[in-house]
Amino acid sequence: MSTTATLPAPTAKKTPVVAHHFDDWTQQYDACVLGMWTFLVTEVMFFGGAIAVYMIYRWQYPMAFAFASQELSAPLGTFNTFILLTSSLTVALGVRYAHIGESRKVGWMLISTIALGAIFLGIKAYEYYTKFEHNLAPLLNLPFDYAGPDPGPTKIFFGLYFGMTGIHALHMIIGVVLMALYIPAAFRNEYRDGNSLGIEIIGLYWHFVDLVWIFLFPLLYLVDRSLAAPV
Amino acid sequence: MTGEIASTTAFPNPEREPKNYLNAAWTVRSWLLTVDHKRIGLLYLAGISFFFFLGGAAAVLFRLELMTPHADLVEAETYNKLFTLHGIIMIFFFLVPGIPGVLGNFLLPIMIGARDMAFPKLNLMSWYLFMIGGTFTIYVTIAGGVDTGWTFYTPYSSTYSNTYVMATAVGIFITGFSSILTGLNFIVTVHKMRCPGMTWFRLPLFVWANYATALIMVLGTPVLAITILLVALERGLKIGIFDPRLGGDPVLFQHLFWFYSHPAVYIMVLPAMGVISELVAAFSRNRIFGYKLVAFASLAIAVLGFLVWGHHMFVSGQSLYAGMVFSVLSMLIAIPSAIKVFNWTLTLWRGEVTFSTPMLYSIGFLGLFTIGGLTGLFLATLGIDVHVHDTYFVVAHFHYVMVGGTVMAYLGGIHYWWPKMTGRMYPEGWARFSAVLVFVGFNLTFFPQFILGYLGMPRRYHVYDEGFQVLNVMSSAGASILGIAYLFPITYLIWSLKYGPKAPANPWNAVGLEWMTSSPPPTENFTETPVVDFEAYEYHRNPAGAHG
Repeated sequence: MSTTATLPAPTAKKTPVVAHHFDDWTQQYDACVLGMWTFLVTEVMFFGGAIAVYMIYRWQYPMAFAFASQELSAPLGTFNTFILLTSSLTVALGVRYAHIGESRKVGWMLISTIALGAIFLGIKAYEYYTKFEHNLAPLLNLPFDYAGPDPGPTKIFFGLYFGMTGIHALHMIIGVVLMALYIPAAFRNEYRDGNSLGIEIIGLYWHFVDLVWIFLFPLLYLVDRSLAAPV
Repeated sequence: MTGEIASTTAFPNPEREPKNYLNAAWTVRSWLLTVDHKRIGLLYLAGISFFFFLGGAAAVLFRLELMTPHADLVEAETYNKLFTLHGIIMIFFFLVPGIPGVLGNFLLPIMIGARDMAFPKLNLMSWYLFMIGGTFTIYVTIAGGVDTGWTFYTPYSSTYSNTYVMATAVGIFITGFSSILTGLNFIVTVHKMRCPGMTWFRLPLFVWANYATALIMVLGTPVLAITILLVALERGLKIGIFDPRLGGDPVLFQHLFWFYSHPAVYIMVLPAMGVISELVAAFSRNRIFGYKLVAFASLAIAVLGFLVWGHHMFVSGQSLYAGMVFSVLSMLIAIPSAIKVFNWTLTLWRGEVTFSTPMLYSIGFLGLFTIGGLTGLFLATLGIDVHVHDTYFVVAHFHYVMVGGTVMAYLGGIHYWWPKMTGRMYPEGWARFSAVLVFVGFNLTFFPQFILGYLGMPRRYHVYDEGFQVLNVMSSAGASILGIAYLFPITYLIWSLKYGPKAPANPWNAVGLEWMTSSPPPTENFTETPVVDFEAYEYHRNPAGAHG
């Protein structure tokens, strides 16, 4: 009956409590996982809209975007990409530990993921701070000092930079809060029976947030650097 | 499974009615915190009816203003706010959530033999998001209105308008999540909650239509969300995304907006088509003609609906070649729509047609939707669109689809399933009379607008050339008939709650799982999980109606 299952079948040793409107645990498990995947589809369309706007403007103003991109710190972006990919590993390990019933290790993996997420957000905040300091934040009619060509489209670039990374950061904060809610259960040993559903759902969400960054990083930081000589 | 839940208050019940979802509990709390899809459907019915009459009141005011060519009732700013309010409320708070929210919520789980939606709490949250979004709109109405038109075109909406654009945008953003969560719930419910034997090709076509609608909700609404968010960032934080002074492109906003808002037209009309499939089959006592074609036509409309948005920008500076492609794609969507109309008509053929109220609405739908659809082909034709773009021809076209189509189907569906929802029959005579009155009032309102538009009267103006007055007076007269005609159903339906005769389980001798449980159904819909071994619409094999 499962036409869309993309995760291993549930391996619960003891059947968890099934909600009143489901017939059995498999139905509940399949429904919840499909529900999360459907939600992620809506997220793809949400970020897709913003990325489409970015692509159209980049195609329209290639030089302005190439120069503006030079103002972003590629080393910091690269380091953040590394941090976020590592957090994907830790959350995947958490799902694995939930599968095999190692509940406390699930808790430690969630803590590691939250810590890595916090490092990412800290670096992001520092990057935002430097943009404000260098007057490269085109919000609220703040002064915008930019020596390069085409200040208009450059404002659009930074507007999209703040908009897209801001929405992404908001998604990360939501993910961090949700994971924190699962930690007490993990240390109460509630995943000892291999009932991994909740962890799998939050894991799917976290992987998606990582994946968004995998698109945002090259789009914003790695614009054809040969187009614009280093300033 | 017992089919009952514990009542929170003991209620003296002299007739000792069996427990159903309505008398299972009586407290306000048991309604506001319910996770029962049927109660949530009724909550939507209350909210949507309120917004329908609020949006209708705005229309009454501007139709009154248009009785004369001069500005005598309202001035230009007020007029702009009235038609904006009418559009926003009718689209985001009536047409989009209407049939899915009320009939979809109530019927989808029952029709597939499930006890509830896959995510009952999420379902309740959808209703609350809808109401919170609606509260923002009511606030805007009271605070002073918004004048951008329901389309929020930039840069007017992002920079120049001095009305309550932000509050409106927040309201629509929140309501969008209601739509997304409803769509998500429908998709998972149809995939995972079907009872034993309920295969995809045994699903009632109402379920297929709502499934296709849910796909559009899930794929389209997030794009509207990001678009509104970008406008809000531009207006609130002064981040110029569509600002032409920076090199931004206002037409890009239109592309993003219509990428959602054209498919949204199919969000509004697909569930109506699902209702018509049920009604036409039940009242011609015939198996629906070409079941699979109608089912796949729903999916085809959902897919093609995403490829036609550019026909809203034929005169907005979009390239001619893009216009030609969008023109052809827009005409293609007439094919699945026509398949449906032909198949309903063929379902009537050699059927035992009875002209009960739901059938009157269905026949009205067939005629009016066909006119609405065919005039859509005129508008998809580049040359004609240049002539009638932004005239009353367009207004008449989409009202034939949205009011002549969706509202007729909604009213037909409400009547058809009223006995199931409330356990009471409505007065048939009054209901037929108002169905005819709606049809007459509708045509008198909107047919003159086709002519007005073709003669060149532009939409969205409160003053017009004196030569247009006769047709405008006809339209306003029709609108007053239509307005009164809508008051009848709300009156006699509320009356029937107390005085209507008790409804049997299957008053229409119709087939389908919803007619195989009591009226109103028990909280978990069936006393035991049904097992399906029959096709949908088995009227041909079972002329007496109910199974077993």
